[in-house]
Amino acid sequence: MYEIVVKKSLGEGVNLYGIYAPDIASKVLPGQFVILRVSDKGERVPITVANADKKEKTITIMVQTLGKTTHMLSELNKGDSLSDVVGPLGVPTEIEKFGTVVCIGGGFGIAAVYPIAKALRDLGNNVISIIGARSKNLLLMENEMRSASSEILIATNDGSYGTKGIVTDVLRRLIYEDNLPINRVVAIGPVIMMKAVSDLTRERHIKTMVSLNPIMIDGTGMCGACRVLVDNKIKFACVDGPDFDGHLVDFDNLMSRLKFYKEEEKASYECHMKEHHNKV
Amino acid sequence: MDKNESKPFDAKERLKIKRHEMSSQPSEERRRNFKEVPYGYSPEEAVEEAKRCIRCKKPYCIEGCPVNINIPAFIKLIEDGDFLGAAKKIKETNSLPAICGRVCPQEDQCEKVCIIGKRKDTPSVAIGNLERFAADYEAEHGNVHIEIKTEKDKKIAVVGGGPAGLTVAGDLRKMGYSVSIFEALHQIGGVLMYGIPEFRLPKDILMRELNVLKDMGVKVFTNAVIGKTITVDELLEERGYDAVFIGTGAGTPKFLNIPGEELNGIYSSNEFLTRVNLMRAYDKSEYDTPIKIGKMLVVFGAGNTAMDSVRTGLRLGYDDARVFYRRSRKEMTARLEEVHHAEEEGIKFEFLINPVRFIGNESQNVTAVECLRMELGDPDESGRRKPVPIKGSEFTISIDAAVIAIGTNANPIVPNSTPGMDLNKWGHIIVDENTEKTTKKGVFAGGDISTGAATVILAMGAGKKAVVAINEYLETGIW
Ligand SMILES: Cc1cc2nc3c(=O)[nH]c(=O)nc-3n(C[C@H](O)[C@H](O)[C@H](O)COP(=O)(O)OP(=O)(O)OC[C@H]3O[C@@H](n4cnc5c(N)ncnc54)[C@H](O)[C@@H]3O)c2cc1C
Ligand code: FES
Repeated sequence: MYEIVVKKSLGEGVNLYGIYAPDIASKVLPGQFVILRVSDKGERVPITVANADKKEKTITIMVQTLGKTTHMLSELNKGDSLSDVVGPLGVPTEIEKFGTVVCIGGGFGIAAVYPIAKALRDLGNNVISIIGARSKNLLLMENEMRSASSEILIATNDGSYGTKGIVTDVLRRLIYEDNLPINRVVAIGPVIMMKAVSDLTRERHIKTMVSLNPIMIDGTGMCGACRVLVDNKIKFACVDGPDFDGHLVDFDNLMSRLKFYKEEEKASYECHMKEHHNKV
Repeated sequence: MDKNESKPFDAKERLKIKRHEMSSQPSEERRRNFKEVPYGYSPEEAVEEAKRCIRCKKPYCIEGCPVNINIPAFIKLIEDGDFLGAAKKIKETNSLPAICGRVCPQEDQCEKVCIIGKRKDTPSVAIGNLERFAADYEAEHGNVHIEIKTEKDKKIAVVGGGPAGLTVAGDLRKMGYSVSIFEALHQIGGVLMYGIPEFRLPKDILMRELNVLKDMGVKVFTNAVIGKTITVDELLEERGYDAVFIGTGAGTPKFLNIPGEELNGIYSSNEFLTRVNLMRAYDKSEYDTPIKIGKMLVVFGAGNTAMDSVRTGLRLGYDDARVFYRRSRKEMTARLEEVHHAEEEGIKFEFLINPVRFIGNESQNVTAVECLRMELGDPDESGRRKPVPIKGSEFTISIDAAVIAIGTNANPIVPNSTPGMDLNKWGHIIVDENTEKTTKKGVFAGGDISTGAATVILAMGAGKKAVVAINEYLETGIW
């Protein structure tokens, strides 16, 4: 059993969990993820690790309450346990001295991009971060990102903080107006955002790494549920990724694969909420 | 002749007894539920079937069994009514008879060489059915608790909880070693848990066997992906294990590599079966993992995996579930019984067909598959006649889902993280045939990870060999 040792609300249905998982905490590297099951009848869901504390033997994840599984997770408290947490899975993000790296996090992607920005910065890269959310109160990890970057730029859809607009607006300015020399971009967030970022950097041939989040089951290469099209070839995101060259990824296919079980997920969520409200 | 026999032993009389098939759930019923198909023998049926064995002087069946069960001996015990004794006899060499009785390809092993079966009009003794009977009887009426007599001070790590790993764990534990199984998934059992469906191997029966291991004191660590969570070197150097056995199975699914394979509704058989078996997607009211149901399901392949997928599809509620195979009926590799059962259930088999591309709609859901008809040409390297496409024979058929069951490649996670352990050109771990030793000191491997996808009993057989060699290595320290 994997005990929740910290639970913090980050507002608007977003929670941070610190989970006791000694083996994972001692191994996990930036870019890797875990698969968890909340209960012993639950589904297996992949979640990126945002941070690890080797001394406390814990990992930190941030989860937005969206469907049944994440709702069940949100009902757990400090002291409760998850049925299963397995990892660290996936290939760690390539961390090297690249020069100037723009790290982009959109919404939940900020939690995933943070350890990468930090590791890149620790290695001496000039890290410029662009983080975005719908609104100021939804912006995650601003302080952490600030400490992991030489410069931080913020975008909110409603203009409540930073530039009004989306992260790609800021990136476009950096590339096309400021003519900033960029050696690499790391972009993690909604698929549509990663696609827009990749489209933007393609023209200037700026290597852009994205982190893909398809539906997964085992996370070890056994089932192929997580397959994505990269350079028109089938790759398994759980073992070949989750990081891929954004210029080669078929984002439209990924989006449609992510939508495949939407009806079933909705039905299961509604059924769960009905039972839940009857109980409460 | 046996002196203790009350009646004289008359082989000729025995040959007249008809083979007893197990009664089973009617096909119209079972095609829509997940309950086990054959009901099993009653004690009377088992005794009658046991009487068909003529106790050959030179019992070929023993040689035909990959773990050399003393078949005539256990059958005689059944005939004598000593069912618990029969189970014990089998367990001298096979620790999972309830499973093997259900899933072994007996027609290619013990029953294939049974002398009675070699005669023209008499089918072989139903050895598999009798094995299942003895094991089930013991589980219901016997004491399956195993006492560990002497504890040894050496520790073994078993990587992967499939039949190979379970055999190694059980047998070494019986000798008194401390054994831990490290399993990537949230449950042990390997293919028995995530691949083979409930209607063929009820999970209660599997759990029964797994609980025997736990009761013996085998430690189980689930959610441990060796190579990621912990490496083999760390097991040996930091965690104090004296030997490691790797039984991580066949690994990673092959796809057809044709256009459109990324569409929604196309599954590897591993994904399709894992959703349904391990994650229990068929029980929507209790479990959360989803599965889609539609009108037409086509399964590509012809092994056990293909049979399990297509029969699972039918049970989930597909109106029509078919098998397309690029060779002919003769080359199918599935157990005969499964093919018969599938046909009884109304599954259609179409041979000499090869898919060329999948077609999807604007949501990227598969809607059709285009195929080519094939004919058999010259034999290929496997000795089977190679299918070659017939020009202009393209046709398209509407489908809602496709399952690809054409085999697996080795999973590289353990090999890539274990320096000093050599692999063959397919990525399978190279082992010594007699000892299952890898090229890395202290590390043994067996089952599908060293042979490529094979069978439960061969994986168990490899486990047996490894047990002997591990024991010797730990006693002598000589590699
Ligand atoms: C659908 C299907 C039906 C079949 N039907 C039959 C049949 O009727 N009769 C028959 O004889 N054979 C059948 N087979 C074949 C048979 O199941 C296999 O040959 C047998 O299970 C191999 O056993 P194994 O122990 O080598 O591996 P597996 O059973 O594959 O077990 C390997 C285990 O290792 C775990 N693992 C993998 N990687 C790691 C890692 N890095 N760290 C920790 N754990 C890991 C896996 O999760 C798994 O639990 C079937 C196979 C399939 C897929
Ligand atoms: S999740 Fe199963 S292969 Fe990637």
